[in-house]
Amino acid sequence: MSSSDTLDMIARGKRVAITSVDWDSLAPEEGKRLRALGLDEGAEVAVAHRGVFGTRDPLAVEIGRMTIAVRRVHAAAMQVEAL
Amino acid sequence: MTSIRRAALVGNPNAGKSALFNALTGARQKIANYPGVTVERKAGKLALPSGESIELIDLPGSYSFDTTSPDEEVTRKVVMGEFAGEARPDVLIVVLDAANLEQHLVFAQEVLELGIPAIVALNMVDLAERDGLTLDPAALSGVLGVPVVPTVAVRRKGLSELADAVAAAEKKSGGSSQSQLPIASPHITLPERRLAARNIAKAATLSESAERRVNSSLDKVLLHPWLGPPILFALLFVIFQAVFAWADPFIGAIESAGEFANDWVVSAMPESFFRDFLTEGVLAGVGSVVVFLPQIIILFAFILLMESTGYMARAAFVMDRLMAGVGLSGRSFIPLLSSFACAIPGIMATRSIADPKDRLTTILIAPLMTCSARLPVYAVIIAAVIPATNVGPGIGLQGLVLFALYVAGILGAMVAALVLRSTVTAGKASGFIMELPRYQMPLLKDLLIGLWQRAWVFLRRAGTIIFTATIILWLLLTFPNAEQGENQLDVSYAGQTSSAIQPAFEPIGFNREMTLALVPAMAAREVAVASLATTYAVEADGDEETEAALRDQIAARWSLPTALAFLAWFVFAPHCLSTIAVARRETNGWKWPLVMLGYLFALAYIFAGATYWIAIWAGL
Repeated sequence: MSSSDTLDMIARGKRVAITSVDWDSLAPEEGKRLRALGLDEGAEVAVAHRGVFGTRDPLAVEIGRMTIAVRRVHAAAMQVEAL
Repeated sequence: MTSIRRAALVGNPNAGKSALFNALTGARQKIANYPGVTVERKAGKLALPSGESIELIDLPGSYSFDTTSPDEEVTRKVVMGEFAGEARPDVLIVVLDAANLEQHLVFAQEVLELGIPAIVALNMVDLAERDGLTLDPAALSGVLGVPVVPTVAVRRKGLSELADAVAAAEKKSGGSSQSQLPIASPHITLPERRLAARNIAKAATLSESAERRVNSSLDKVLLHPWLGPPILFALLFVIFQAVFAWADPFIGAIESAGEFANDWVVSAMPESFFRDFLTEGVLAGVGSVVVFLPQIIILFAFILLMESTGYMARAAFVMDRLMAGVGLSGRSFIPLLSSFACAIPGIMATRSIADPKDRLTTILIAPLMTCSARLPVYAVIIAAVIPATNVGPGIGLQGLVLFALYVAGILGAMVAALVLRSTVTAGKASGFIMELPRYQMPLLKDLLIGLWQRAWVFLRRAGTIIFTATIILWLLLTFPNAEQGENQLDVSYAGQTSSAIQPAFEPIGFNREMTLALVPAMAAREVAVASLATTYAVEADGDEETEAALRDQIAARWSLPTALAFLAWFVFAPHCLSTIAVARRETNGWKWPLVMLGYLFALAYIFAGATYWIAIWAGL
């Protein structure tokens, strides 16, 4: 796993930590909502589900005891590293 | 000493606030809107141990006071005492999901920093235990500095302790409710608050196992990339089947009651103007609408069940990719599904959509979902002109036509969304960020309260808008009275009006009774049926104003192309003043409701005309 992996590329079930988020690539309101839900630097997450009918959108991300649905663009803005 | 007047429930979405609210206040709730915004304001009475009762309000779920949606904004303003006409609550009950402490404590800290007397309800402790969590309420109370009461709203556990704590908070709140709020520490950043939340959660957790069995095993199936969508579609199919199949006996019972009332009035009163008014006007008009209550209740029962179990958010997840294809997101699925029952709660539910363009598009296409008000129109006309034959094993032609009308609405909505998204509501593709709540067994009582509230809204409509429209129409149909040899319909004011606008509708195959029905149907679609029933009843001067009688009249008088054109009209036409009023309130002006009216009437005219001429050409 290279240091430039983003959350959308991570295999299902693998636990990772978010190292940085490219907030500028996201709409301000969406960034705010993601932060409010805890998807921010330092969060430990895992991708639980991905897509329907073979697509890669949307993703269900586990954080703490919550599951949050996000789009691939959101996950692609999050740099992660393996735990 | 000042006594407490009002308490409010605050907390994250999915903390179980509404279930707690239902458990604390019982079924007697006042549902209204906050002035100026279409955010539901739920209020009820909470009985204190002293025997006194105070007002309890259920505020919309919020992740933060740094708000991203209109309903979060309401919560912030009410709690801060900035909402005009809404006094600041004296006591806050901060509701936390016990199994989600770390997340929910982030917003809870923000609330507690305000310094308003507060109690923490550590809700759903049973589910936390199921997930392998053992919590220490006393330790949590120690850290937060406020009383912590463990509750299980759906099992009615911890409710009296909570009421005791609210009463005890009275001592603290003495006289302070009018005083200035202490300024919240603005230097605390979100990451700091999150770190604190983690530490507080850790301190309050005695033991923890990482198991989340129920959720993950259900989600493995329901969110499966290949299994999830067919399961959702199968469920939707079952819902629409049930709406028609299960409602039949109840509809029959309501019809019998109507006929009984009609017979009773006829036998108890001498022939008079007032008797005709009761039978031809009131009973024929309102009765033909109330008959559809069972179908509305069944549809709402499924929607409430999907919401309360936590499946609705999964349905949004499954639908997101499809909705993205027309520029929307899975978030729009929930309002649009509600719109199958009624566009009004559907449009109101769009307030949880954060992106304004996305929300506007959803509002504009919501009236295309086949709402229950169209059912009376569809049901009567299909029964009258479509033969009850089978086109395949277990597939009736009538059901197929009805299905086609639903599909036409959905396809129309999809195309409309696509066009709107690239023209008037053009903008960056919207995102989809949504919490998937834990699965839960719903409580029957909560479902019944929800159903009762929706049934009441419908009955109130039947008793006010539809009742009034029916009476006015009956008067316009009855006066002036026809002379010997004249047709009552031709002579009446209503008949004259419809004759005047008839030329506009002649090219799309509408006859005069249909044109006449369109005018009062602006009040509500169901009135079209009531109007046809009243028209034919007045004309025939008959004693039978039942739905069956109307069906026979239509079967005898309407050609198939004409009837099909009428159905096509109702797929698109925005006949509903309430929807337009709600759209105006939700979009803060007349611009968008007028856009809605314009494009939907244009579609209705085009499709009704196309249907008529294609049917003629096909020799139907």
